[in-house]
Amino acid sequence: MNIVLIFLITIFSVSLFFYGKSKTKTISLKDNIKLNALPKFYGYYLVLWCSIPALVFLLVWSLFEPVIIKSIIIETAANQGAIFSDKNEANLIYEKIKAIHLGTYFGDIDSILRESALAYAKFINLFTNSKVVLIFGIIIASVIYSLKKIKNNNKARDDVEVILKGLLFVSSLIAILTTLGIIFSLLFESIKFFSVINIFDYLFGTNWSPQRAFVRDASSITAAEFEELKDAFGFIPLIAGTSFIAFIAMLVAVPIGLFSGIYMAEYASIKVRRISKPIIEILAGIPTVVYGFFAALTVGPFFRQVGENLGLTVSSESALAAGLIMGIMIIPYVSSLSDDVINSVPQSLRDGSYAVGATKSETIKQVVIPAALPGIIGSVLLAVSRAIGETMIVVMAAGLAANLTINPLESTTTITTQIVMILVGDQEFDSPKTQSAFALGLTLFIATLILNYIAQRAVKKYREKYD
Amino acid sequence: MTKEERLKKRHRAEKRFRFYGLTSIFVALLFVVILVQNIFSKGSSAFKKTVITTEVFFDQELLEIQNGASQEEIMEADFYDIMIENLIKAYPAKDRDEEDELLKLFSGDAEIEIKKAFLNDNNLIGKTITLDLTASDDIDQLHKGNYPRDLPEERRRISDFQLVIYDYFVENKKINKNFNNYFFNNGDSRDPELAGIGGALVGSFYSILICLLLAFPVAVLASIYLEEFAPKNKITDFIEININNLAAVPSIVYGLLALQILLATIQLPRSTPLVAGITLALMTLPRIIIPCRASLKAVPPSIREGALAVGASKFQSVFHHVVPLALPGTLSGTIIGLAQALGETAPLILIGMVAFVVDIPSSPVDPSSSLPVQVYLWSESAERGFVEKTSATIMMLLSFLIVMNFIAVYLRQKFEKRWN
Repeated sequence: MNIVLIFLITIFSVSLFFYGKSKTKTISLKDNIKLNALPKFYGYYLVLWCSIPALVFLLVWSLFEPVIIKSIIIETAANQGAIFSDKNEANLIYEKIKAIHLGTYFGDIDSILRESALAYAKFINLFTNSKVVLIFGIIIASVIYSLKKIKNNNKARDDVEVILKGLLFVSSLIAILTTLGIIFSLLFESIKFFSVINIFDYLFGTNWSPQRAFVRDASSITAAEFEELKDAFGFIPLIAGTSFIAFIAMLVAVPIGLFSGIYMAEYASIKVRRISKPIIEILAGIPTVVYGFFAALTVGPFFRQVGENLGLTVSSESALAAGLIMGIMIIPYVSSLSDDVINSVPQSLRDGSYAVGATKSETIKQVVIPAALPGIIGSVLLAVSRAIGETMIVVMAAGLAANLTINPLESTTTITTQIVMILVGDQEFDSPKTQSAFALGLTLFIATLILNYIAQRAVKKYREKYD
Repeated sequence: MTKEERLKKRHRAEKRFRFYGLTSIFVALLFVVILVQNIFSKGSSAFKKTVITTEVFFDQELLEIQNGASQEEIMEADFYDIMIENLIKAYPAKDRDEEDELLKLFSGDAEIEIKKAFLNDNNLIGKTITLDLTASDDIDQLHKGNYPRDLPEERRRISDFQLVIYDYFVENKKINKNFNNYFFNNGDSRDPELAGIGGALVGSFYSILICLLLAFPVAVLASIYLEEFAPKNKITDFIEININNLAAVPSIVYGLLALQILLATIQLPRSTPLVAGITLALMTLPRIIIPCRASLKAVPPSIREGALAVGASKFQSVFHHVVPLALPGTLSGTIIGLAQALGETAPLILIGMVAFVVDIPSSPVDPSSSLPVQVYLWSESAERGFVEKTSATIMMLLSFLIVMNFIAVYLRQKFEKRWN
């Protein structure tokens, strides 16, 4: 239905374009008036007026129609005596009604379902009809308005440009809408979570075992269950594991990345730079699932083997393997950014240092790096924020159980791993377990936001200093 | 310490420092080589499959159809007995147990393969043909040399008797390696020898297509607005900060967004390329806007001023002159953004693309998988045969990424104007 409507709107718009163009031409010839714009702009003007309001309406309608119909149908089913205790069962009944309507349901159909299916068919019909009527109403109204405008010989090009500029502005607002969407979707579930679990129990608890939160309905839990829940969601092991793996990653990425950056900025010939820089940047372009596969199937078992030979017990999902591979993935983030930052240190500083007899490495260590330090710190912080938000490597190569440990050979888990583990497979909405994933997401979002903000400030300040 | 000694020491320090730099570049490069080599050595064997050449006799008594049967009749007919009768003739087995072990050397699709042969030529009753039937995963891995045969029998998946049959096949040249059509045509399967990336390829294609259709126009329009029209005020600043922050938000957060808004609120169908495409578009949008703005910014103001000087409106100067000049940079930024989206896994896992989907999706609203998710799924499987399948999928994924990046670099180098 929607496709037919869009097709019709397109046809209308195209024909209106030609109509507007020829109409204004004849007007100007007949009455011998000078047009305020080229005839094609009158065509564009009609097209925009015909299509945009109708399409916007269609989009909004399609977004809300299923939700509204669903709530109406569930209500009618309830009025007819259907019994459901929670949202999941209501959803199930709604799906059944829909399947009966589409003729794809093969189970038993009782009178309640049959009646509801009839009501469903009625509402679908009603909604579709009113949608079509409203869309045509909107098209006719806006076309009449715009036709009147062009008959009065408006400044069509200016008007078209105003509309298009509005369109450009709306496009740039989508970024804000995305941010709002993220914040609301995370906050919405997190607030529900924190209404069951005390935020301090979450932030300072040392035990993470969400599988214990078996209760489905958060509103009706007993005191004993509540005690149980209270220490199932302790955030400390997760942040410890996340920072630990990120720390191992930075131990790998910072020295290698920084030295590569310095070498490429200060020593390498143009030829070496032109070849090695893109190759190192390949590391950033490889999908993280590939690193995860490599860490889980090659590096993890390799470390385990080496550990066995040395007489150590190494978990095959050790923090070391995950951290090492993550560090390698991050190398280009550190090296490219610090390369850029070092390159923007003014040559005069170096020349001054050479003039008093310093060698190249002394100049770098004592002049260039101190000058570039804020930028370098910024790039390292950006790399840290990448590391704590990284998902696939740790899901595949780090452990699932939340251990509080600082032994890199043991397995440990991270925030992102837990989000994936909780949300993979069947989810019960409204269970504290599912909601805890959103609380973790919110924590992660805030943490990366702060890191990025500081990093961007540092880099920006530094740039301003030497620009 | 004399002056000379001190100078020598300083020069040694200089050399050491230089050496550290070179070493770290070398380590990074070495890792690229190790990773690629590791994946290729594991994955290249997956493009071939092991087949057992078998003679198949279509016995009239075992089939309920006649020569010249129609397509529907053949599809409905039972080829199981024909399959069993012919497969146990592949090796002189003595008793029922040995026959069972022999049958296990063939893939679960042997019956379908025989049926397909009959579909191609429906006059085969009473005739004997030789068919290349796909071998089971264990034989496949053994034949490719990925499976050690010197383990004690109880730790092997292949029995001693099966090894005897295998050696007999090898001796009589009945076992061969053919091009692995299943790998490209099939959807997912529990049997490694039958599993393919057909479904994941189509799923990824639809997701990226939807991502392109949504993200590209919006990103271009938004960057044109911000770079050319936006007044310098608080709203503009806020949008800019927002875009920069969104580009750095971890991808899994977009998965949570999609779960809450697209699946729970708007109720789009789970596990589909449609949802995946929208999620990836939201994620890619800021990553495309940033290079788009950079390429618009790189167009010198003289172009705009020239257009304005001959009487063009602001709009005409932007759309007739600035945007075409910035197009190569815009396109290459978009392609790189799409390449990142193609390799993205975490948000797709959250929207349910990890479901086990056998059918190849025929539209963007069918449940499906995608290439990186397929890698994740198979890497969790225990069967040895999936290791090479996973590596081969990674090879496909990486080659797509290489091609996309190559196109992006080519576009920029060939068409972008240098302004000096």
